[in-house]
Amino acid sequence: MTTTSWTVANSRKLARQESRKRLGPMAILSHLALLLWTVLTVVPILWTFLASVKSEDEIFGDAWSLPSSLHWDNFARAWEQAHIGQYMLNSVIVVAFSVFGTMLVGSMAAYVLSRYPFRGNRAIYLLFVSGLAFPVYLALSPLFFVVQNMGNVPLIGPFIGLNTHAGLVLVYIAYSLPFTVFFLSAFFRTLPTAVAEAAMVDGASHTRVFFQIMLPMARPGLVSITIFNILGQWNQYQLPLVLLQERDKWVLTQGIADISTAAGYDQDWSALFAALTLAILPMLVVYTVFQRQIQSGLTAGALK
Amino acid sequence: MLFNRYRRGLFITAFLAAPVTLYLVYVISPYIQAFYISMTDWRGVSATPAFIGLENFRRLLEDGTFWKAVTHNAGLLVLLPLITIVLALFFAFLLNVGGGGRAVGGIRGSKFYRVVFFFPQVLAVAVVAVLFQQVFRPDGSGMLNAPLMALGGKPIGFLSDPGVAFWSVLGVMVWQAVGFYVVLFSAGLASIPRDMFEAAQIDGAGRLSLFFRITLPLLWDTVQVAWVYLGIIALDVFAIVWVMTDQHGGPDWSTTVMAAEVYRNAFQYFRFGYASALGVVMFFFTVGFAILSLRLTRRERIEF
Repeated sequence: MTTTSWTVANSRKLARQESRKRLGPMAILSHLALLLWTVLTVVPILWTFLASVKSEDEIFGDAWSLPSSLHWDNFARAWEQAHIGQYMLNSVIVVAFSVFGTMLVGSMAAYVLSRYPFRGNRAIYLLFVSGLAFPVYLALSPLFFVVQNMGNVPLIGPFIGLNTHAGLVLVYIAYSLPFTVFFLSAFFRTLPTAVAEAAMVDGASHTRVFFQIMLPMARPGLVSITIFNILGQWNQYQLPLVLLQERDKWVLTQGIADISTAAGYDQDWSALFAALTLAILPMLVVYTVFQRQIQSGLTAGALK
Repeated sequence: MLFNRYRRGLFITAFLAAPVTLYLVYVISPYIQAFYISMTDWRGVSATPAFIGLENFRRLLEDGTFWKAVTHNAGLLVLLPLITIVLALFFAFLLNVGGGGRAVGGIRGSKFYRVVFFFPQVLAVAVVAVLFQQVFRPDGSGMLNAPLMALGGKPIGFLSDPGVAFWSVLGVMVWQAVGFYVVLFSAGLASIPRDMFEAAQIDGAGRLSLFFRITLPLLWDTVQVAWVYLGIIALDVFAIVWVMTDQHGGPDWSTTVMAAEVYRNAFQYFRFGYASALGVVMFFFTVGFAILSLRLTRRERIEF
């Protein structure tokens, strides 16, 4: 037993050495092409990280010079004066609620539409899926007034009108439904029916079957689409631009875009680079930890 | 029995109520309203906007800015998918098939390359836009212009020269998109049986014919999907133009796109009627593109 595993490991090693020896000119050219794109991808980001600890003068000097001393105070100014901390918190709150809501409502709709035939089922499904083809820009101005009118609804109005996070959450949920329903109903259709039927015979209610049997079974699909929605909603810029116009309500993308467009000579450029770094670094960390799930989550839709 | 059917109906209604209501209020109703608003002169203040028929559309035809926007979207529609798909196919082929050595197989470090290439995809477009605004600075403080000037060249106005700005926008879009399609095509390639490549190689196929005779035909389905995705991105582009370019689509309207004009007309000029008319045109472009690409790319599917 031990000898065979030793031989296998050894022959693998030999094969690897063999292939290393055969690193021909084509392989070198391939590596060069791939390395070139790696550099193109990585360098702008690293350059931004580097500039985030430069002084104002150094930023306006030679782009490739190294900082003479590390100006960590840029980060403090970005966090406090440019309100990046506030915007990031806003983004976290909005995305946490809207992704939870999207997954809850979306999986409920997808489950019923995929497993319960009834009159009008197909029509409702098509209504959801047709949303995939519409450009959001068509709806932009009416949407603004719909949300504004929501603000006049008695009692809950003040919480879901313009310039409210709950209002944005509801809009995010609604606009995430087409893809979520489309993807999840395809997924529910692939699950076996036997377990659910057995539970129904044992007296479990429809609701209980959904939450305790079908949702756990659908876990891989739920994970993919959750990642898809988290990234999509975290990175959203257009909808908050229209619906959140009060500064203290802004999400991160708005805050970042604003520091650069609020042009002027009194612009705090080193804080801008620090803000960019603060926006990119967490994504980089999350991405390196979950890169497999993120890649499959984002490409899942295209491969269905 | 009757009770069971009643329970089933109640369950379906309860589960669909929230998603359908949200979707109707925030998605479907704005889209329907947009078609009506596009035929009015509504500026947001008057309670009863006047119905002016197709007047907005007639004015659109004479609007030079609109035509510039359409031209830029059309340019992106052709170039973005073309460049991105060619680059992504090339890299995916190198990573998975055309690796070093005589054996058909992935190049060493292919996982590393895939992880790095994909990263820009998880960044918000708004963040990427601000990042490249800095990379493209017009003097020696710009990441790209510094080495250019060090070599004795003249600095390029990546965003300030009307002849160049459009290409900068295209470049950034390609930069962000390529990694996603490398991963997508790699997943497609992984599902092609290895012996196909090996058999072809035994028959004397070189790398080129391996690519054009085996890889491309078998990946054709995935390439079509990529084409549609990128086409829709090209028609819907907003944040990169709005945040990165001078004067939101400048200089001198040289980078403006339809989505930017919709937003500008609605939320800066408060011409909601006119903006909605623009949105309707966008809608027909997008639907037209989707139908056209489904028709044109239909081809015999290769089963394996």
